[in-house]
Amino acid sequence: MNKREPLIRVVGRAERVGKQRVLLTVGAIVLALAFGAVFLLIMGYNPLQVYATILSGAFRSKLAREGTVKVMIPLVISTLGVTLAFKMRFWNIGAEGQIIMGAAFASYFALYCAHWNHWVLILVMFLAGAIGGGLWGLIAAAFKIRWGTNETLLTLMMNYIAQHIVSYLRDGPWKDPEAAGFSKIARFDSNAALDKVLGVHFGWIIAIVLAVIVFVYLKYTKQGYEIAVVGESHETARYAGMNIKKITLRTMFLSGAVCGICGMVQATGADVTLTTNVAGGVGFTAIIIAWLGNLNPFISMGIAGAFSILEKGSTVVQSSYGLSADCADVLQGIVLFFVVASEFFVRYRFVLRNHKEAK
Amino acid sequence: MPYAIECKKITKIFGNTVIANDEIELNLAYGEILALLGENGSGKTTLMNMLSGIYHPDKGEIFVDGKQVSINSPADAKALGIGMIHQHFKLVESFTAGDNILLGQDKKVKKSVFEAEIKKMCDEIGLSIDPNKRVSDMSVSEKQTTEILKVLYSGAKILILDEPTAVLTPQEIEKLFDILRKMKEQGCAIIIITHKLQEVLSISDRVTLLRKGKSVGTVITKETTPQQLTELIVGHAVELKIERPEVEHSETMLKIVDLTVKKSDGGLAINDISFELNRGEILGVAGIAGSGQKELCECIAGLLPASHGAILYKKENILGKEPLEITQRGISMSFVPEDRLGMGLVPSMDLVDNVMLKSYRNSDGIFVDKKPSTELAEKMVEELSIVTPNISTPVRRLSGGNVQKVLLGREIASEPNVLITAYPVRGLDINSSYMIYSLLNEQKKKGVAVMFIGEDLDVLCALCDRVMVLCHGEITGIVDPRQVKKEQIGLMMTGMKYEEAVK
Repeated sequence: MNKREPLIRVVGRAERVGKQRVLLTVGAIVLALAFGAVFLLIMGYNPLQVYATILSGAFRSKLAREGTVKVMIPLVISTLGVTLAFKMRFWNIGAEGQIIMGAAFASYFALYCAHWNHWVLILVMFLAGAIGGGLWGLIAAAFKIRWGTNETLLTLMMNYIAQHIVSYLRDGPWKDPEAAGFSKIARFDSNAALDKVLGVHFGWIIAIVLAVIVFVYLKYTKQGYEIAVVGESHETARYAGMNIKKITLRTMFLSGAVCGICGMVQATGADVTLTTNVAGGVGFTAIIIAWLGNLNPFISMGIAGAFSILEKGSTVVQSSYGLSADCADVLQGIVLFFVVASEFFVRYRFVLRNHKEAK
Repeated sequence: MPYAIECKKITKIFGNTVIANDEIELNLAYGEILALLGENGSGKTTLMNMLSGIYHPDKGEIFVDGKQVSINSPADAKALGIGMIHQHFKLVESFTAGDNILLGQDKKVKKSVFEAEIKKMCDEIGLSIDPNKRVSDMSVSEKQTTEILKVLYSGAKILILDEPTAVLTPQEIEKLFDILRKMKEQGCAIIIITHKLQEVLSISDRVTLLRKGKSVGTVITKETTPQQLTELIVGHAVELKIERPEVEHSETMLKIVDLTVKKSDGGLAINDISFELNRGEILGVAGIAGSGQKELCECIAGLLPASHGAILYKKENILGKEPLEITQRGISMSFVPEDRLGMGLVPSMDLVDNVMLKSYRNSDGIFVDKKPSTELAEKMVEELSIVTPNISTPVRRLSGGNVQKVLLGREIASEPNVLITAYPVRGLDINSSYMIYSLLNEQKKKGVAVMFIGEDLDVLCALCDRVMVLCHGEITGIVDPRQVKKEQIGLMMTGMKYEEAVK
């Protein structure tokens, strides 16, 4: 009778919780590193050396450490942004666009109000960034509520619109007259740049404060509770008398606003100008980090840290071994694959053909 | 002749700690109907899932036709001739009956041959079905017939039915039982899971009882009584009588006038009905599933708009007002919806967070005040003897009965004067059900207007002061259950007016 039974099959199991789950994730990372090692071996490198270089590359000097933190700041802030929307099961894939719009709104003041008092200017740019990103996020929520559009597609498409708006500004109204023939937006006045604290622009303080705020907001406030209920079931939210439309709009505004703050921080802190590349894929990486972090701001921060180390370390590997940047992406991909795939084993397991179960 | 199925010392442990099945013994002969009885969480479903290849036992042996087997997948179960009919039908709605029956069959058959085969099978056991009818156009009992045929067509001689009567009218249940008896005569072996003792007594030959994952015995149906079965299920003596305390009917709480509610697809869910809901009474609502009960409840609770009519409270129309507004009028409405985990509760949240679902707004400031709900959750766990590791366990992990206690407990704790309950005992075991009945009676004695949407007519007739019968969104009669027979209510459920039904 077992003739047609496949060699390996999937069997449901009781959900793993707590410690078992952590172990599963750790196991997945170890396996990923082992797999990555095989990949590096095939490429002709010593995997231990490469891994060591990644670590040292991210930490070896003050400059390296600062570089790692700089990579981490936008990842953390935009992860916090999408976390708000994801908690409500609203698929905000538009962090990129919201980052860009936040940066663009803030840039207006950096370009045209540079003579203002420094702290007033910083505060205004901060608010402008939040409003720019928030409004961009709000559009997708409003369309969803009014016409039932698919937020995944809409937020994704709006990324490209945002990008082209910046292209337009760069080539048109905001074009730097001093860069003859070359289209770019002028470098901001130093009065409009974020100050450095401990060697890095103070975006890192904003990131930490935001992480605490988002954590408290989601866990301890009434609005955070509403987001969780709406995310779980619209029926239950309706039953509890919650105004789902209002909650959706509010949450998407906040989600976009946090991403917009990320854009403001990038433009005024890291780039000190506005380019079409201000988001540079951060908004997409944020989606992955948010899920790996189980939508917990603090775990997400740790994961964003790991991503930054990998990214910063990889650039060093690139220069010292001549390993192409794509290899770093492959390594990142392998880690992601294993961690995401390990989720499967939370509820299922494999059984071999004719395998006798534990006696 | 060897047993169709013989289970020896079947043990299944989940996550190293939860012993779902503990050395369970069960046997089933061909030409026999075995009822499997037990409270929720006693391990019935786990055991049946092992027989149908969804789980694999950790210990123990399963014999089919006398041969030891290892059932590793639903395909294995099918190959062994074991077919399971789930409580929630697993049919493709947009396919016809015939397509569904053929689904998963490897062989190709000509349409005419297939239809002849189906006809022959139907004739043999007294079924009737149109193989070209779409499942989405079928009634619940037709869907069930399709499920049965599907299992039989795949060659199953051993059938497992998980609570097959939950969605049927008394007449349909009788019809189903006739079919099961015919299949038994033809040599099929049948296991039926049900909570209703009367059905166990009328259909089964033997009863195997499970309690807390252990088999506590098998009795021959003819030699047993409901009392003995209940005691075996629960483990101690239980008072089986449902009480109906007499309360002075003082005043009308809500007056529903010419109410019409549309379904989401535009059809009429409730068609121009009028009735009164009185303080200190339980108004039962009987009807085949989908006769408008859900919409009626949601409309009264203010969750669904009506297209016509009024709901009067002290001569004021509360229809169309937001749930919050209704509460502010001094009507404290509690609603226990049919879909407990999908509507009444948030499955992934813990008891405390669920208890505050409707009251989280009551505190000042932007932060949630968890103190009152923590206290209430603790009180509920103690008073309603909710079985849970602690109050920070997600309700998703609780058993069905405990989930319902959390929901009903929360709704009662808000001290309502109108309590609407939709199928409050569906899927609950005897102990939990009786606890729910007595909770409802307590509310009634306090002067609450209780509406009870039910499916078990025995319960409706024993518990309620009046029974309103719905059919296709219309009232076919409001009867005094002390005066009419169950069968008459059954006829009214199918559309017959009260005057005709009592003839």
